[in-house]
Amino acid sequence: MMPAATPATLAPRQDRRAPLLLIGLAVALTLFIVVVPLAYIFWRALSQGFAVFAQNIMAPDTLHAIWLTTVVAVITLPINLVVGISAAWLIARFTFPGRKLLLTIIELPFSISPIIAGVCYLLLYGRQGLLGPTLAAGDIKILFALPGIVLVTLFVTGPFVAREVLPLMQAQGSEQEQAALTLGASGWQVFRRVTLPNIRWALLYGAVLATARAVGEFGAVSVVSGAIRGQTNTLPLQIELLFNDLNIVGAFAAASTLTLIALVVLVLKTIIEGRTR
Amino acid sequence: MTLAISHLARRFGATQVLRGIDLQVRQGELIALLGPSGSGKTTLLRIIAGLDWPDAGTLSFDGADWLGKSAAERRIGFVFQHYALFPHMTVRDNIAFGLSVLPRSERPGKTQIAATVDRLLAFLQIGGLADRYPAELSGGQRQRVALGRAMAIEPRVLLLDEPFGALDAQVRRDLRRWLRGVHDSAGTTTIFVTHDQEEAFELADRVVVMNGGVIEQTGQPDEIYDHPATPFVARFLGLTVELPVTMRAGRAHAAGLDLAALPRRAIPDGPATLFLRPADILPVPDPQAPFRVAEMATTGALLRIVAEDGTGCRIESEVPRRDGRDLRQGQPVALRAVAGQIFPGSGQQPAQPIHTPMTLKEARP
Repeated sequence: MMPAATPATLAPRQDRRAPLLLIGLAVALTLFIVVVPLAYIFWRALSQGFAVFAQNIMAPDTLHAIWLTTVVAVITLPINLVVGISAAWLIARFTFPGRKLLLTIIELPFSISPIIAGVCYLLLYGRQGLLGPTLAAGDIKILFALPGIVLVTLFVTGPFVAREVLPLMQAQGSEQEQAALTLGASGWQVFRRVTLPNIRWALLYGAVLATARAVGEFGAVSVVSGAIRGQTNTLPLQIELLFNDLNIVGAFAAASTLTLIALVVLVLKTIIEGRTR
Repeated sequence: MTLAISHLARRFGATQVLRGIDLQVRQGELIALLGPSGSGKTTLLRIIAGLDWPDAGTLSFDGADWLGKSAAERRIGFVFQHYALFPHMTVRDNIAFGLSVLPRSERPGKTQIAATVDRLLAFLQIGGLADRYPAELSGGQRQRVALGRAMAIEPRVLLLDEPFGALDAQVRRDLRRWLRGVHDSAGTTTIFVTHDQEEAFELADRVVVMNGGVIEQTGQPDEIYDHPATPFVARFLGLTVELPVTMRAGRAHAAGLDLAALPRRAIPDGPATLFLRPADILPVPDPQAPFRVAEMATTGALLRIVAEDGTGCRIESEVPRRDGRDLRQGQPVALRAVAGQIFPGSGQQPAQPIHTPMTLKEARP
């Protein structure tokens, strides 16, 4: 409990030092763990003036990395939404053999290191991999190309939507949907007018988390993309590349872009949430 | 006759929830399905609604088979125990929902829907709540909105699952009278589920008492109250005093009991069980009687008296406090039964077995 704003006259006098110390500690930790590093990114990116910053952002390879990252996010988001909602709906509304297994599979990516996912895909789709010869015969390129990046990103971001939506669906039960059915609504009408509005905030939250992760994923993508400059380099990979090239301003410029995307997403979510009751 | 149900059976896993239900409901009737938890009453209601399907039996409405139809095709109004209002819609939109999901060709215009909703809001006396959200309503108001939403589609049958179960006592009584009024003026055939006998008796034209997946008795409230057909109904309706008696020429006899007020019954001579309500037992001072007043306690209007014979048989009775003025602790009394029900067989082995554990809650798919 928070102490009252104006303590009652007869309330026992409290020692104010312990709370102040704890609050100070929290502020200091937040400052040095979150705020300062973030601010430092922008400070370093702009250290040689905005012109140099803009020039670095507009470098073709960096621009392509931004583009590729956006494409990956745009492809994975709708897939994540559809699969996430379907899986959550299936688990929340039905009992069937394998239901527990499905739940475990959905959560699996959370507990597996992304780099392992990358290696698995490499072993499966790589030239020496299980499906390698078949894919090569069909002239289908998955690794070191967009499909591979999209696949590992899907693997890594898969749990977010289902994980956010499922608890809500389970808590709400199916009575509202049954009520809509008795009132004559079709399956699609039930989903669009009853199910979806009920889960929309959890859905949005899951989508934001999944997108943030898709944009920022490094480990899994670094294994399967091959990091070909201007071709299969996503933004996080590009940052590492620039950093290793000792192009500090370039690395921080790219990093500031990534950070900006994250901040914009965060602000958007807060605004939208604030507008609803 | 509108709704006809015959030989309906439903099993959830190993549990036989309904075992052969036969029931006819006439146009405009208000029916109560009364029974303890696990008696199958909610399952029966859900099958009528089209939210569940039986394993055997038939269900038809005005001669047309209903088991092949979905809930939407049957056009029923279902009111859920916890209302299941749509939380993101206003009261107005909740009530309009059934009309707004009609196929475009049958859907009334916007103004027409609004007019229907306004009429229902006024009819249900919730006109001031039109623009509120369900979270801003009290339990009783939600109940009215849920009923309004179900009635908007002009259902052929209105089905209510424990309509007052989630409300406190005063609101319950008010809403009960209100619902009776709504039914009388709208005339919709209505079936509701309840475990509260007072609710069933006050509201319904006809009460269907269920237990263990079968119908124990169907009849008008007074008829069931005065003449329970089975030991289960007797116990369920408060005839909690069970005494072994001996039948001779249609009359029951037992030591210390004055049973002359009970009518002759066509029960063969031999052991039988007498079921009595505590309020129908009158202790009368009698120095020869085997019973003694063991406990006396007042509830204000009533005097609760426990009479005991030497063998550990304890019988509870309730008399108006005025009538018990002459009674004293330890006084020998005879017990006079004013009304009661007799079933053949001894009390230890009820004539009809009670099959269902009372704790079993209706399983839901």
